[in-house]
Amino acid sequence: MDSSLLFSLRLSFQVAVIATLFLLPVGIFVAYILAMKSFKGKDVVDTFLTLPLVLPPTVTGYYLVVILGRNGLLGKPLYEATGISIMFTWYAAVFASFFVALPIMIKTTKAAFESVDKNIINASYTLGHSEWETALKVVIPLAGKGIVAATVLAFARALGEFGATLMFAGNIPGRTNTMPLAIYTAMTSGEYTKAHIMAGMFTLISGVCLYLANKLGRGSLR
Amino acid sequence: MSLSVKLVKNVPGFSLDVEWEANNEFVVLFGYSGAGKSMSLQIIAGLLKADEGYVYLNGDVLFDSKRGIDLPPQKRQLGYVFQNHTLFPHMPVWKNIAYGGKHLSKREREERIRRMIKEFHLEGLENRFPSQISGGQKRRVALATVLMREPKALLLDEPLSALDSPIKMEIMKLLREVKERFNIPIVLVTHDIFETFTLADKVVVYIGGRVAQIGAPYEVFRNPANPEVARLFCAQEIFQNIAF
Repeated sequence: MDSSLLFSLRLSFQVAVIATLFLLPVGIFVAYILAMKSFKGKDVVDTFLTLPLVLPPTVTGYYLVVILGRNGLLGKPLYEATGISIMFTWYAAVFASFFVALPIMIKTTKAAFESVDKNIINASYTLGHSEWETALKVVIPLAGKGIVAATVLAFARALGEFGATLMFAGNIPGRTNTMPLAIYTAMTSGEYTKAHIMAGMFTLISGVCLYLANKLGRGSLR
Repeated sequence: MSLSVKLVKNVPGFSLDVEWEANNEFVVLFGYSGAGKSMSLQIIAGLLKADEGYVYLNGDVLFDSKRGIDLPPQKRQLGYVFQNHTLFPHMPVWKNIAYGGKHLSKREREERIRRMIKEFHLEGLENRFPSQISGGQKRRVALATVLMREPKALLLDEPLSALDSPIKMEIMKLLREVKERFNIPIVLVTHDIFETFTLADKVVVYIGGRVAQIGAPYEVFRNPANPEVARLFCAQEIFQNIAF
Protein backbone atom coordinates (compact mmCIF):
# COMPACT_ATOMS: atom_id res chain seq x y z
CA MET A 1 0.00 0.00 0.00
CA ASP A 2 1.02 3.56 -0.78
CA SER A 3 2.92 5.10 2.13
CA SER A 4 1.09 8.42 1.86
CA LEU A 5 -2.17 6.53 2.04
CA LEU A 6 -0.99 4.73 5.15
CA PHE A 7 0.09 8.03 6.66
CA SER A 8 -3.38 9.54 6.08
CA LEU A 9 -5.07 6.50 7.52
CA ARG A 10 -2.87 6.52 10.60
CA LEU A 11 -3.23 10.30 11.06
CA SER A 12 -7.03 10.10 10.76
CA PHE A 13 -7.18 7.50 13.51
CA GLN A 14 -4.71 9.38 15.68
CA VAL A 15 -6.76 12.58 15.38
CA ALA A 16 -10.11 10.85 15.91
CA VAL A 17 -8.93 8.79 18.90
CA ILE A 18 -7.43 11.80 20.67
CA ALA A 19 -10.47 13.96 19.89
CA THR A 20 -12.69 11.20 21.29
CA LEU A 21 -10.61 10.98 24.46
CA PHE A 22 -11.43 14.65 25.05
CA LEU A 23 -15.03 14.27 23.86
CA LEU A 24 -15.79 11.63 26.47
CA PRO A 25 -15.29 13.64 29.68
CA VAL A 26 -16.41 16.95 28.20
CA GLY A 27 -19.45 15.41 26.50
CA ILE A 28 -20.53 13.47 29.59
CA PHE A 29 -20.08 16.48 31.86
CA VAL A 30 -21.94 18.93 29.63
CA ALA A 31 -24.69 16.42 28.81
CA TYR A 32 -25.19 15.70 32.52
CA ILE A 33 -25.55 19.40 33.34
CA LEU A 34 -27.96 19.95 30.44
CA ALA A 35 -30.01 16.88 31.31
CA MET A 36 -30.20 17.24 35.09
CA LYS A 37 -29.94 20.92 35.94
CA SER A 38 -32.16 23.83 35.22
CA PHE A 39 -30.53 27.22 35.04
CA LYS A 40 -31.00 30.52 33.29
CA GLY A 41 -29.81 30.55 29.71
CA LYS A 42 -29.79 26.75 29.44
CA ASP A 43 -31.49 26.85 26.05
CA VAL A 44 -28.94 29.35 24.77
CA VAL A 45 -26.05 27.15 25.91
CA ASP A 46 -27.71 24.12 24.37
CA THR A 47 -28.24 25.93 21.07
CA PHE A 48 -24.70 27.26 21.01
CA LEU A 49 -23.21 23.81 21.60
CA THR A 50 -25.44 22.28 18.94
CA LEU A 51 -24.56 24.87 16.29
CA PRO A 52 -21.64 22.93 14.76
CA LEU A 53 -24.17 20.21 13.89
CA VAL A 54 -26.02 22.48 11.48
CA LEU A 55 -23.32 24.96 10.46
CA PRO A 56 -21.22 24.11 7.43
CA PRO A 57 -18.00 22.68 8.88
CA THR A 58 -16.13 25.40 6.99
CA VAL A 59 -17.88 27.97 9.20
CA THR A 60 -16.88 26.07 12.35
CA GLY A 61 -13.35 26.00 10.90
CA TYR A 62 -13.57 29.71 10.20
CA TYR A 63 -14.37 30.43 13.86
CA LEU A 64 -11.52 28.20 14.96
CA VAL A 65 -9.16 30.25 12.77
CA VAL A 66 -10.57 33.51 14.13
CA ILE A 67 -10.23 32.35 17.73
CA LEU A 68 -7.20 30.05 17.74
CA GLY A 69 -5.30 31.14 14.61
CA ARG A 70 -1.90 32.80 15.00
CA ASN A 71 -3.61 36.19 14.92
CA GLY A 72 -6.73 34.95 16.65
CA LEU A 73 -8.39 36.12 19.83
CA LEU A 74 -6.74 33.42 21.92
CA GLY A 75 -4.19 32.25 19.39
CA LYS A 76 -2.27 35.51 19.33
CA PRO A 77 -1.61 35.81 23.07
CA LEU A 78 -0.76 32.09 23.09
CA TYR A 79 1.75 32.53 20.27
CA GLU A 80 3.27 35.63 21.85
CA ALA A 81 3.61 33.98 25.23
CA THR A 82 4.87 30.57 24.16
CA GLY A 83 5.69 30.66 20.47
CA ILE A 84 3.22 27.88 19.89
CA SER A 85 0.74 28.09 17.07
CA ILE A 86 -1.88 25.43 16.73
CA MET A 87 -3.01 26.24 13.22
CA PHE A 88 -1.67 24.03 10.40
CA THR A 89 -0.60 21.28 12.79
CA TRP A 90 -2.28 17.96 13.43
CA TYR A 91 -3.37 19.34 16.80
CA ALA A 92 -5.53 21.73 14.82
CA ALA A 93 -7.17 18.70 13.19
CA VAL A 94 -7.92 17.38 16.69
CA PHE A 95 -9.58 20.70 17.63
CA ALA A 96 -11.61 20.70 14.42
CA SER A 97 -12.77 17.10 14.94
CA PHE A 98 -13.55 17.79 18.58
CA PHE A 99 -15.84 20.73 17.95
CA VAL A 100 -17.61 19.20 14.99
CA ALA A 101 -18.26 15.93 16.84
CA LEU A 102 -19.14 17.55 20.20
CA PRO A 103 -22.84 18.16 19.44
CA ILE A 104 -23.34 14.50 18.51
CA MET A 105 -21.65 13.39 21.71
CA ILE A 106 -23.68 15.80 23.85
CA LYS A 107 -27.06 15.22 22.20
CA THR A 108 -26.89 11.43 22.30
CA THR A 109 -25.47 11.31 25.84
CA LYS A 110 -28.04 13.83 27.08
CA ALA A 111 -30.87 11.71 25.69
CA ALA A 112 -29.39 8.68 27.50
CA PHE A 113 -29.24 10.61 30.81
CA GLU A 114 -32.80 11.85 30.38
CA SER A 115 -34.04 8.30 29.92
CA VAL A 116 -32.85 7.29 33.41
CA ASP A 117 -35.89 7.02 35.73
CA LYS A 118 -35.94 10.05 38.02
CA ASN A 119 -37.27 7.89 40.86
CA ILE A 120 -34.16 5.72 40.73
CA ILE A 121 -31.99 8.80 41.10
CA ASN A 122 -34.16 10.06 43.98
CA ALA A 123 -33.99 6.63 45.62
CA SER A 124 -30.20 6.90 45.60
CA TYR A 125 -30.37 10.35 47.24
CA THR A 126 -32.73 9.19 49.98
CA LEU A 127 -30.36 6.28 50.67
CA GLY A 128 -27.73 8.86 51.58
CA HIS A 129 -25.71 9.01 48.38
CA SER A 130 -24.51 12.41 47.16
CA GLU A 131 -25.23 13.67 43.68
CA TRP A 132 -21.66 12.89 42.62
CA GLU A 133 -21.85 9.31 43.91
CA THR A 134 -25.27 8.87 42.33
CA ALA A 135 -23.98 10.14 38.98
CA LEU A 136 -21.07 7.68 39.09
CA LYS A 137 -22.85 4.64 40.50
CA VAL A 138 -26.35 4.99 39.09
CA VAL A 139 -26.84 7.56 36.34
CA ILE A 140 -23.76 6.88 34.21
CA PRO A 141 -24.01 3.06 34.46
CA LEU A 142 -27.72 3.16 33.54
CA ALA A 143 -26.99 5.48 30.63
CA GLY A 144 -23.95 3.38 29.74
CA LYS A 145 -25.21 1.95 26.48
CA GLY A 146 -26.28 5.36 25.26
CA ILE A 147 -22.91 6.82 26.20
CA VAL A 148 -21.06 4.06 24.33
CA ALA A 149 -23.27 4.61 21.29
CA ALA A 150 -22.66 8.37 21.53
CA THR A 151 -18.92 7.80 21.72
CA VAL A 152 -18.85 5.53 18.68
CA LEU A 153 -20.95 7.98 16.67
CA ALA A 154 -18.80 10.94 17.75
CA PHE A 155 -15.67 8.95 16.87
CA ALA A 156 -17.04 8.22 13.41
CA ARG A 157 -17.87 11.89 12.92
CA ALA A 158 -14.41 12.94 14.13
CA LEU A 159 -12.81 10.44 11.76
CA GLY A 160 -14.71 11.83 8.80
CA GLU A 161 -14.10 15.51 9.56
CA PHE A 162 -13.26 17.47 6.42
CA GLY A 163 -14.39 21.12 6.24
CA ALA A 164 -13.24 22.48 9.57
CA THR A 165 -10.00 20.51 9.31
CA LEU A 166 -9.27 21.96 5.89
CA MET A 167 -9.84 25.51 7.18
CA PHE A 168 -7.92 25.19 10.42
CA ALA A 169 -5.30 22.48 9.91
CA GLY A 170 -4.86 22.82 6.17
CA ASN A 171 -4.27 20.07 3.67
CA ILE A 172 -0.52 19.65 4.08
CA PRO A 173 0.74 16.34 2.63
CA GLY A 174 2.57 14.30 5.23
CA ARG A 175 1.45 16.62 8.03
CA THR A 176 -2.23 17.37 8.23
CA ASN A 177 -3.83 15.52 5.35
CA THR A 178 -6.21 13.17 7.08
CA MET A 179 -7.96 10.60 4.97
CA PRO A 180 -10.98 12.72 3.96
CA LEU A 181 -8.56 15.40 2.79
CA ALA A 182 -6.35 12.86 1.03
CA ILE A 183 -9.39 11.51 -0.82
CA TYR A 184 -10.22 15.02 -2.01
CA THR A 185 -6.63 15.60 -3.14
CA ALA A 186 -6.43 12.24 -4.92
CA MET A 187 -9.69 12.96 -6.73
CA THR A 188 -8.72 16.47 -7.87
CA SER A 189 -5.29 15.34 -9.03
CA GLY A 190 -6.67 12.42 -11.02
CA GLU A 191 -5.34 9.58 -8.82
CA TYR A 192 -8.58 7.71 -9.09
CA THR A 193 -7.33 4.30 -7.94
CA LYS A 194 -6.05 5.78 -4.72
CA ALA A 195 -9.32 7.68 -4.23
CA HIS A 196 -11.31 4.49 -4.86
CA ILE A 197 -9.34 2.49 -2.32
CA MET A 198 -9.56 5.19 0.36
CA ALA A 199 -13.24 5.85 -0.22
CA GLY A 200 -13.92 2.13 0.01
CA MET A 201 -11.93 1.83 3.23
CA PHE A 202 -13.71 4.79 4.70
CA THR A 203 -17.14 3.49 3.85
CA LEU A 204 -16.27 0.21 5.51
CA ILE A 205 -14.93 1.84 8.69
CA SER A 206 -17.87 4.24 9.00
CA GLY A 207 -20.32 1.44 8.31
CA VAL A 208 -18.82 -0.68 11.09
CA CYS A 209 -19.02 2.30 13.47
CA LEU A 210 -22.68 2.92 12.69
CA TYR A 211 -23.50 -0.75 13.03
CA LEU A 212 -21.74 -0.84 16.42
CA ALA A 213 -23.47 2.33 17.60
CA ASN A 214 -26.86 0.89 16.72
CA LYS A 215 -26.13 -2.44 18.30
CA LEU A 216 -24.60 -1.01 21.47
CA GLY A 217 -27.26 1.65 21.94
CA ARG A 218 -30.11 -0.80 21.69
CA GLY A 219 -31.51 -3.21 24.21
CA SER A 220 -32.36 -2.44 27.78
CA LEU A 221 -30.14 -3.10 30.73
CA ARG A 222 -31.35 -5.99 32.72
CA MET B 1 -40.66 8.42 67.75
CA SER B 2 -42.90 10.73 65.81
CA LEU B 3 -43.15 12.51 62.53
CA SER B 4 -45.15 15.69 62.38
CA VAL B 5 -45.64 17.70 59.25
CA LYS B 6 -47.28 20.78 57.91
CA LEU B 7 -46.91 21.10 54.17
CA VAL B 8 -48.01 23.95 51.97
CA LYS B 9 -47.18 23.94 48.32
CA ASN B 10 -48.75 25.63 45.31
CA VAL B 11 -48.11 24.42 41.81
CA PRO B 12 -50.06 25.43 38.70
CA GLY B 13 -53.54 23.92 39.00
CA PHE B 14 -53.04 22.38 42.44
CA SER B 15 -52.51 23.48 45.98
CA LEU B 16 -51.46 21.33 48.90
CA ASP B 17 -52.11 22.40 52.47
CA VAL B 18 -51.99 19.57 55.00
CA GLU B 19 -51.02 18.98 58.59
CA TRP B 20 -50.82 15.65 60.38
CA GLU B 21 -48.75 13.56 62.73
CA ALA B 22 -47.50 10.00 62.74
CA ASN B 23 -46.42 8.50 66.05
CA ASN B 24 -45.07 5.00 66.35
CA GLU B 25 -47.92 3.77 64.22
CA PHE B 26 -48.98 2.74 60.78
CA VAL B 27 -50.44 5.79 59.08
CA VAL B 28 -52.18 5.47 55.74
CA LEU B 29 -52.59 8.52 53.52
CA PHE B 30 -55.80 7.63 51.72
CA GLY B 31 -57.47 9.42 48.84
CA TYR B 32 -57.99 9.56 45.11
CA SER B 33 -55.03 9.84 42.76
CA GLY B 34 -53.93 13.45 42.46
CA ALA B 35 -54.98 14.41 45.98
CA GLY B 36 -51.40 15.28 46.96
CA LYS B 37 -50.44 12.09 48.80
CA SER B 38 -47.28 11.28 46.84
CA MET B 39 -46.38 14.94 46.75
CA SER B 40 -46.50 14.96 50.56
CA LEU B 41 -44.05 12.06 50.74
CA GLN B 42 -41.70 13.78 48.31
CA ILE B 43 -41.71 16.95 50.38
CA ILE B 44 -41.12 15.00 53.60
CA ALA B 45 -38.16 13.23 51.96
CA GLY B 46 -36.69 16.52 50.74
CA LEU B 47 -37.12 15.74 47.05
CA LEU B 48 -39.57 18.60 46.60
CA LYS B 49 -39.51 21.87 48.47
CA ALA B 50 -42.63 23.12 50.22
CA ASP B 51 -43.50 26.80 50.04
CA GLU B 52 -44.28 26.81 53.74
CA GLY B 53 -44.50 24.46 56.67
CA TYR B 54 -42.33 22.09 58.63
CA VAL B 55 -41.20 18.48 58.89
CA TYR B 56 -40.17 17.35 62.38
CA LEU B 57 -38.87 13.88 63.08
CA ASN B 58 -38.36 12.91 66.73
CA GLY B 59 -37.78 16.56 67.57
CA ASP B 60 -35.20 17.02 64.80
CA VAL B 61 -36.02 19.70 62.28
CA LEU B 62 -35.78 18.35 58.74
CA PHE B 63 -37.55 21.32 57.22
CA ASP B 64 -38.88 24.55 58.61
CA SER B 65 -39.70 27.40 56.27
CA LYS B 66 -39.80 29.95 59.10
CA ARG B 67 -36.36 29.03 60.40
CA GLY B 68 -34.92 28.58 56.91
CA ILE B 69 -33.96 24.95 57.57
CA ASP B 70 -34.11 22.50 54.68
CA LEU B 71 -31.98 19.37 54.99
CA PRO B 72 -31.08 17.61 51.73
CA PRO B 73 -32.62 14.13 51.21
CA GLN B 74 -29.24 12.53 52.00
CA LYS B 75 -29.36 13.87 55.57
CA ARG B 76 -32.97 13.04 56.44
CA GLN B 77 -32.49 9.36 57.24
CA LEU B 78 -35.88 8.31 55.97
CA GLY B 79 -36.66 5.06 54.19
CA TYR B 80 -38.53 5.85 51.00
CA VAL B 81 -39.95 3.07 48.85
CA PHE B 82 -40.98 4.63 45.58
CA GLN B 83 -43.96 3.86 43.43
CA ASN B 84 -43.13 1.04 41.01
CA HIS B 85 -40.71 -0.52 43.53
CA THR B 86 -37.60 1.27 42.33
CA LEU B 87 -34.67 -1.13 42.49
CA PHE B 88 -31.36 -0.36 40.85
CA PRO B 89 -31.70 -2.46 37.69
CA HIS B 90 -27.96 -2.74 37.08
CA MET B 91 -27.17 -4.20 40.50
CA PRO B 92 -27.85 -7.74 41.71
CA VAL B 93 -30.08 -8.18 44.77
CA TRP B 94 -27.26 -8.17 47.34
CA LYS B 95 -25.76 -5.02 45.86
CA ASN B 96 -29.13 -3.28 45.90
CA ILE B 97 -29.40 -4.05 49.60
CA ALA B 98 -25.78 -3.05 50.23
CA TYR B 99 -26.46 0.30 48.56
CA GLY B 100 -28.65 1.25 51.52
CA GLY B 101 -25.82 0.66 54.00
CA LYS B 102 -23.46 3.40 53.01
CA HIS B 103 -23.14 4.67 56.57
CA LEU B 104 -21.99 1.29 57.95
CA SER B 105 -18.47 -0.09 58.18
CA LYS B 106 -17.66 -2.86 55.75
CA ARG B 107 -18.02 -5.56 58.36
CA GLU B 108 -21.27 -4.19 59.78
CA ARG B 109 -22.62 -3.84 56.30
CA GLU B 110 -21.88 -7.43 55.35
CA GLU B 111 -23.35 -8.67 58.60
CA ARG B 112 -26.50 -6.63 58.08
CA ILE B 113 -26.89 -7.68 54.43
CA ARG B 114 -26.79 -11.30 55.56
CA ARG B 115 -29.44 -10.60 58.17
CA MET B 116 -31.68 -8.72 55.75
CA ILE B 117 -31.44 -11.46 53.15
CA LYS B 118 -32.50 -13.98 55.77
CA GLU B 119 -35.26 -11.90 57.33
CA PHE B 120 -36.78 -10.98 54.00
CA HIS B 121 -36.54 -14.53 52.67
CA LEU B 122 -34.23 -13.66 49.80
CA GLU B 123 -31.82 -16.57 50.19
CA GLY B 124 -30.69 -17.89 46.84
CA LEU B 125 -31.62 -14.69 45.03
CA GLU B 126 -28.53 -12.70 46.08
CA ASN B 127 -26.95 -12.71 42.65
CA ARG B 128 -30.12 -12.28 40.59
CA PHE B 129 -30.85 -8.99 38.90
CA PRO B 130 -34.16 -7.16 39.54
CA SER B 131 -35.46 -8.22 36.12
CA GLN B 132 -34.98 -11.86 37.14
CA ILE B 133 -37.14 -11.83 40.29
CA SER B 134 -40.90 -11.63 40.88
CA GLY B 135 -42.94 -8.58 41.87
CA GLY B 136 -43.27 -9.74 45.47
CA GLN B 137 -39.54 -10.42 45.71
CA LYS B 138 -38.83 -6.94 44.34
CA ARG B 139 -40.96 -5.40 47.08
CA ARG B 140 -39.03 -7.37 49.67
CA VAL B 141 -35.67 -6.26 48.24
CA ALA B 142 -36.88 -2.64 48.21
CA LEU B 143 -37.87 -2.88 51.88
CA ALA B 144 -34.61 -4.58 52.86
CA THR B 145 -32.67 -1.84 51.04
CA VAL B 146 -34.33 1.07 52.80
CA LEU B 147 -34.14 -0.70 56.18
CA MET B 148 -30.37 -1.15 55.70
CA ARG B 149 -30.21 2.58 56.18
CA GLU B 150 -31.70 2.27 59.68
CA PRO B 151 -34.33 4.89 58.89
CA LYS B 152 -36.19 6.80 61.58
CA ALA B 153 -39.42 6.56 59.59
CA LEU B 154 -40.65 4.71 56.53
CA LEU B 155 -42.42 6.32 53.59
CA LEU B 156 -44.12 3.87 51.24
CA ASP B 157 -45.67 5.11 48.01
CA GLU B 158 -48.25 2.56 46.83
CA PRO B 159 -46.00 -0.40 47.64
CA LEU B 160 -48.76 -2.90 46.91
CA SER B 161 -50.00 -1.72 43.55
CA ALA B 162 -49.94 -4.19 40.67
CA LEU B 163 -49.47 -7.25 42.88
CA ASP B 164 -51.58 -10.39 42.68
CA SER B 165 -53.81 -10.93 45.69
CA PRO B 166 -51.85 -13.70 47.45
CA ILE B 167 -48.60 -11.76 47.07
CA LYS B 168 -50.35 -8.62 48.24
CA MET B 169 -51.45 -10.39 51.41
CA GLU B 170 -47.94 -11.68 51.95
CA ILE B 171 -46.40 -8.21 51.61
CA MET B 172 -49.08 -6.69 53.87
CA LYS B 173 -48.22 -9.24 56.52
CA LEU B 174 -44.55 -8.41 56.05
CA LEU B 175 -45.26 -4.69 56.44
CA ARG B 176 -47.03 -5.32 59.75
CA GLU B 177 -44.03 -7.37 60.87
CA VAL B 178 -41.68 -4.57 59.86
CA LYS B 179 -43.82 -2.21 61.95
CA GLU B 180 -43.60 -4.48 65.00
CA ARG B 181 -39.90 -5.16 64.64
CA PHE B 182 -38.47 -1.78 63.72
CA ASN B 183 -40.91 0.24 65.75
CA ILE B 184 -40.82 3.41 63.69
CA PRO B 185 -43.56 5.53 62.12
CA ILE B 186 -44.66 4.10 58.79
CA VAL B 187 -46.53 6.27 56.32
CA LEU B 188 -48.15 4.46 53.42
CA VAL B 189 -49.85 6.08 50.45
CA THR B 190 -52.71 4.26 48.78
CA HIS B 191 -56.09 4.70 47.13
CA ASP B 192 -57.12 1.16 48.05
CA ILE B 193 -59.73 0.86 50.79
CA PHE B 194 -58.83 -2.75 51.51
CA GLU B 195 -55.17 -1.89 52.18
CA THR B 196 -56.32 0.99 54.35
CA PHE B 197 -58.49 -1.21 56.55
CA THR B 198 -55.94 -3.98 56.76
CA LEU B 199 -52.89 -1.88 57.57
CA ALA B 200 -53.80 1.45 59.11
CA ASP B 201 -53.68 2.31 62.78
CA LYS B 202 -54.63 5.76 61.63
CA VAL B 203 -55.91 7.01 58.32
CA VAL B 204 -55.39 10.52 56.99
CA VAL B 205 -58.02 11.17 54.35
CA TYR B 206 -56.78 13.41 51.53
CA ILE B 207 -59.27 15.24 49.32
CA GLY B 208 -58.06 17.77 46.78
CA GLY B 209 -54.84 18.67 48.58
CA ARG B 210 -56.49 19.04 52.00
CA VAL B 211 -56.90 16.72 54.97
CA ALA B 212 -60.60 15.90 55.19
CA GLN B 213 -60.45 13.67 58.26
CA ILE B 214 -58.02 11.86 60.54
CA GLY B 215 -58.83 8.83 62.65
CA ALA B 216 -58.83 5.09 63.00
CA PRO B 217 -60.22 3.49 59.83
CA TYR B 218 -63.43 2.23 61.47
CA GLU B 219 -64.01 5.55 63.18
CA VAL B 220 -63.81 7.35 59.85
CA PHE B 221 -65.90 4.64 58.26
CA ARG B 222 -68.66 4.98 60.86
CA ASN B 223 -68.55 8.73 61.25
CA PRO B 224 -67.36 10.31 58.03
CA ALA B 225 -66.78 14.02 58.48
CA ASN B 226 -68.59 14.95 55.30
CA PRO B 227 -70.31 13.39 52.27
CA GLU B 228 -67.08 13.35 50.27
CA VAL B 229 -65.31 11.23 52.87
CA ALA B 230 -68.38 9.01 53.01
CA ARG B 231 -68.16 8.57 49.24
CA LEU B 232 -64.48 7.70 49.48
CA PHE B 233 -65.37 5.07 52.03
CA CYS B 234 -68.35 3.90 49.96
CA ALA B 235 -66.84 0.47 50.00
CA GLN B 236 -69.48 0.30 52.75
CA GLU B 237 -71.75 -1.60 50.43
CA ILE B 238 -69.02 -4.03 49.54
CA PHE B 239 -68.33 -4.68 53.21
CA GLN B 240 -71.99 -5.21 53.91
CA ASN B 241 -72.24 -7.60 51.01
CA ILE B 242 -69.54 -9.79 52.42
CA ALA B 243 -71.58 -10.03 55.63
CA PHE B 244 -69.78 -7.78 58.00
